[in-house]
Amino acid sequence: MAEFSLPKNSKIQPGKHFPAKDAKKPRTFRVYRWSPDDGQNPRIDTYEVDLAACGPMVLDALLKIKNEIDPTLTLRRSCREGICGSCAMNIDGTNTLACTRAIEECASGDVKIYPLPHMQVVKDLVPDLTHFYAQFASIKPWLRTQSPAPDRERLQSPEERKKLDGLYECILCACCSTSCPSYWWNGEKYLGPAILLQAYRWIVDSRDEATGERLDDLEDPFKLYRCHTIMNCTRTCPKGLNPAKAIAEIKKLMVERRG
Amino acid sequence: MSAKELPLKDRRDPLKVARGLGSSQSGVGHWWAQRMTAAALVLLGVWFVVTVLCLLHADYATARAAVAKPWNALLLIAFVLSMFWHAVLGLQVVVEDYVHTRWKEVLLLVAIKFLAVLGALASVLAVLRIALTP
Repeated sequence: MAEFSLPKNSKIQPGKHFPAKDAKKPRTFRVYRWSPDDGQNPRIDTYEVDLAACGPMVLDALLKIKNEIDPTLTLRRSCREGICGSCAMNIDGTNTLACTRAIEECASGDVKIYPLPHMQVVKDLVPDLTHFYAQFASIKPWLRTQSPAPDRERLQSPEERKKLDGLYECILCACCSTSCPSYWWNGEKYLGPAILLQAYRWIVDSRDEATGERLDDLEDPFKLYRCHTIMNCTRTCPKGLNPAKAIAEIKKLMVERRG
Repeated sequence: MSAKELPLKDRRDPLKVARGLGSSQSGVGHWWAQRMTAAALVLLGVWFVVTVLCLLHADYATARAAVAKPWNALLLIAFVLSMFWHAVLGLQVVVEDYVHTRWKEVLLLVAIKFLAVLGALASVLAVLRIALTP
C-alpha cells in the first residue's frame, strides 16, 4: 500500500534553537534538518533572524542563517532570480523557489521550510533529483528530425513559436512534480507534471518531426495516465505555468490520433 | 537515490530505471471509455432518478409494469451496464494508485472485474425477466 505515515527513522524530532540578540525586526524560521552522517532522525531547527538586516526573500534569510548563524545548514541555490530552479523547497506549506518567495508573503507566525516533499533527502533542504532528471532524459528533450539538415536554421512562424509560450519557461525546479500526490505514490513510473510539460513542449514544436514517436512513448497507464487532474502542479508552479493543461493537451492528442 | 545509497544489488543507470519496461501503448482506451461512460451516466442517471421518483408510493404491480415497458427496460439495462463499466474503470485506477504489492494488486483487479461482470449479468437478467415475462 501507499505509505501514509513516516518510517521510524524519518520521524521529526525537536531541534536546536538559535535566538536573535537585539533584533529590531525578528522573525522565526523553522527549518528541516537531516544529515546522512550522524545517524540521527531529522529535526526542526529554529532560527530567529533580524529582518531589519536581511534581504526581502526567503533565500536571503536562509543565506543569512548560513553565513551568520549556522554554517552547517545545507541548501542548493544559484541564480537568486528564479531562473535556475536550484532553491526549490517547501516554504510555508507550498513548493516554491526560496529566491522569489518574499518573507512578507508568508503566513503570519513562524516560516516553516522543508525540502521538496516525498523525495529522498541528500541533506537538509537538498532533495535527490536523480530519478527526476533521468525521467527528463527519457523523453528525449531535444529536436528530433527526419528531414535532412538544412543549410540554415529551421524556421518557425510567429504563430508556431507562440505555441511554446507557457512551456519554454519551465526551469525544471520540480516544484510541481513533488506537489503531485500521483507522483508521490507512483513516481517511479509516472513521469509527473514537469516532465510531461516538457514532453508536450517538444510535441507541439513545429520543427520537431518525432511527434508520433513521442506520443507512442507516453501512451501508458502509468507514464501519462496517472494524472488525475488534481491540479496541485498548476497551483504551486513558481513560474505561473500550467502543467495540468499541457497534460490535458497530450491526452487530447492521444484521442485525436485514434481517429 | 544517489550512487552511494544504492543497494549493492542495484547498479542500474538512473536512465535505465526511468525508462523501465517502456510504454505499454495502451491507456487511451481506458481514459476514453471512462469519459464516455461518465457522459452516458449523466444522462441515464437523470432519467433513472426521475423514473424512480415517479414510482414513489407506487405498489409492486405498478413498479413492475413500469420496468417492463420496453423503453424503460432498455434504458435500465444501459444504465446498469454503464455504471458497472464505469465503476470497474474507476476502481482499477484506485487500486493501481495505492496498492503496491503486486500479488494483492493483481488479485484485487481480477476480483473487481469478476464481481462487476457478475453484478452486471445479474442486473440485466433481473430486468429481462421482468420485461420478457408476459
